[in-house]
Amino acid sequence: MTPTMETQPSASDITRRNSRRFMLGAFLVAAIAFAIIAGSGINKNLVYYWTPKDLRAAGDKAYGATIRLGGQVVPGSVKPHGSTSGIDFDVTDKKSLVHVKTSGIPPQMFREGIGVVVEGTMTREGYFKSDRLMVSHNNEYRTPKDGQNVNAEELIKSTKGLEDKGK
Amino acid sequence: MNATLGSFLILGSLLVATTGAMLGFFAGRKRSPEGLLWSQRFAYLYASLMIAATAVMEYALLTHDFSVSYVAHVGSRAVPVWVTIVSLWSSLEGSILFWGCILGVYIALATFLNRNQHSEYMAYAIGVWLACGAFFSFLIAGPANPFVAVPNPLTDGPGPNPLLQNHVLMAIHPPFLYLGYVGMTIPFGFASAALLRGRLGHGFLRPLRSSLLLPWIFLTIAIMLGGWWAYEVLGWGGYWAWDPVENASLLPWLTATAALHSAIVMERRGVLKGWTVTLVQATFLLTILGTFMTRSGVFNSVHSFTQSSIGPTILVFLALTLLGSVALLALRIDSLESEGRIDGAASREGMFLVNNLLFVLFTFTVLIGTVFPLIVEAVRGKQMSVGRPYFDAMVVPIGAVLLFVLGVGPALPWGRAGKEQIKRSLLPPLIGAAVLAIAGFLLGARNPWTLVTLAFGGYAAQVTLGEMWLPLVQRMRRGDSFKTALVDGQLRRGSRRFGSYLVHAGAVIVIIAIAVSSTMRSTQEIRLAKGQSGTMGPFTGTFTGAEERTEPNRQSTMAHFTITKNGRHVADLAPRMNQYAAMREPIGTPDVHSMITGDIYLSLMNVDLQQQTVGVLVIWTPMVSWIWVAVILMGFGGLVALIPSRQFYAAPSSAEAAALDIAKSGKAAVSS
Repeated sequence: MTPTMETQPSASDITRRNSRRFMLGAFLVAAIAFAIIAGSGINKNLVYYWTPKDLRAAGDKAYGATIRLGGQVVPGSVKPHGSTSGIDFDVTDKKSLVHVKTSGIPPQMFREGIGVVVEGTMTREGYFKSDRLMVSHNNEYRTPKDGQNVNAEELIKSTKGLEDKGK
Repeated sequence: MNATLGSFLILGSLLVATTGAMLGFFAGRKRSPEGLLWSQRFAYLYASLMIAATAVMEYALLTHDFSVSYVAHVGSRAVPVWVTIVSLWSSLEGSILFWGCILGVYIALATFLNRNQHSEYMAYAIGVWLACGAFFSFLIAGPANPFVAVPNPLTDGPGPNPLLQNHVLMAIHPPFLYLGYVGMTIPFGFASAALLRGRLGHGFLRPLRSSLLLPWIFLTIAIMLGGWWAYEVLGWGGYWAWDPVENASLLPWLTATAALHSAIVMERRGVLKGWTVTLVQATFLLTILGTFMTRSGVFNSVHSFTQSSIGPTILVFLALTLLGSVALLALRIDSLESEGRIDGAASREGMFLVNNLLFVLFTFTVLIGTVFPLIVEAVRGKQMSVGRPYFDAMVVPIGAVLLFVLGVGPALPWGRAGKEQIKRSLLPPLIGAAVLAIAGFLLGARNPWTLVTLAFGGYAAQVTLGEMWLPLVQRMRRGDSFKTALVDGQLRRGSRRFGSYLVHAGAVIVIIAIAVSSTMRSTQEIRLAKGQSGTMGPFTGTFTGAEERTEPNRQSTMAHFTITKNGRHVADLAPRMNQYAAMREPIGTPDVHSMITGDIYLSLMNVDLQQQTVGVLVIWTPMVSWIWVAVILMGFGGLVALIPSRQFYAAPSSAEAAALDIAKSGKAAVSS
């Protein structure tokens, strides 16, 4: 308390209260603006973790959205592009099938029948365009399992927390 | 034998921590000197038990005692000794034990350093620390017990997670992170004690600030080491991906940095006490949230080991601490305010406020982006994540404005300043801004944010360097020798000030290096046969052959490259792929050649040994190694600022400000 404030308590108190109210108001406006910006930012940049079945079920929503698609590489479907380093293959979860075109050199472990996660988006031409192919990011002690029982959901989950590496 | 001894020590520590915590709270309430003395003894005893338990575990690891469950889980006779030693923190149970050990050391140290002072707060502080200690002892004794006796032990084990064996940085990143994370318990205890007491005296600021600064240094280095490790090992050529576990380490760093700044305003002006305490509490809560995110397996990454049952326990602890903190703050925050006031926006303290606002915005941005997918999954069962563009779009502007404030803030004087004075402080550094921005443009920077960052960075660099050496210049002008001025003026009397500006200098370099390295890198995927070359910029890389190598714990495939620039030899690089028995995917180990201007980074995509062909990812990243060096400079600056200075206040920025300050503080002293 300063001496000046004791001599004129009412006026000073009122300005103080007003300025406090003003600060609070300004703070609220800023907080709401921030929430709106952050909210729309998140909404525009969501990455969906889908199986081929989820992808089919999503319909039009799949076009242009960032999707991490997990499933098994269908044996016999792998075709190298030839001129460029990319490859084409089909991914399945035993319920639906999606045709995938990737650019970029596939990782060493890539082979037919293995579980993969590809990141990219669905095109109107009916194929999944990907610039990123992950074989598996599982750090647990497990022997490699080929083929039959690829659990697409588990597989996608195993890449969770590995954001946009490879770009 | 080891298992029994370890379990016994942990149960003992649980008992000691619980009793000591209750004793501390009781002694705090009764203001009993006798009670304080006993709670101090319990603090030392707790530390001894935790250290002993950790020593037992290390002994069991080194002697390959596979009858201890943790050793059976991560031990192996095939791995080198250093891997065996660091296995302590290579998996969940051991890392929590190590955590408890560090907590014990911190508690004992903080108790010892304040044994004869601040007695009105210390009993409460020890109570809070030992309550946290009791929680971790409970975790170790129950859900994450590493000392379970194995009935029929095997003669060998699988060895630790291969990713941790793959690079030596993994041996030093976790200890630094734990030293940072766990250390935040100490300021939390001090802040809680101030709230419980309903008072935060000026003398108590010093232990609060030092206890915050020390773990801040460790955390700063740890975050950098984590990024550096990702860069050296993960093979995608970046160091930061807004991965949830990275964010978990960044969040408490942001609030701790904000608290370190608001503490200065608190010290100088007597305001923002409640706010600073809130930030300290938030920092601790964020370390617990981070522990939950990294240790419970909600995110799958290098850090979440196997499925664990400690998640719910940590969540309960987080909820309790959150409720306790909020209740304490709600009840007591008014009793901490507020002796002084802030005079205007265009002042040093005004800029401190802007700094705090920005750090809080930064924290919320990262927190929302990290936690949102968790909430969606919990509520709707859908899996998703928030993509990198969100973080980049939000954080880049905040970071740029922070850099701006970092330049403008120290240029402005404390208190109300005249227009002339503001002009005189703010105009000259524009030269630095122009120089750096133009230099960047000439060297090829075209991204508008990069140019803005360079301009703000140049401004901040000029202000920081000027302020940093001001006491030295002043003393030399007064006739002191360079040596006296340096040792006495910079390190002894002005250590806090000098240290802070070293940290700022490091921060300026880091922000510039991040902007340049992320916007001006170039990437190329090349497929080469033996003898063929590829080019990137002025560099030519020739693939000279691939080979296979067998080591005791792994199988390596290496490809050899010779890098030349304009026909002159630059470096030989040998990126490899390491195949560990316990892992299905080979781990790439890229090879990097660092230069002052930038790094050449080669990462193997695939190798065909028969045909001698490789697919290789080539990345040129300018300025990236500046980040590591500059962060170390920040840590060093923090250490300098920790040196106890005889002069408690930082030296003022100019003679006028000094006169103004003395007048002000004199007035404040009279009026209060």
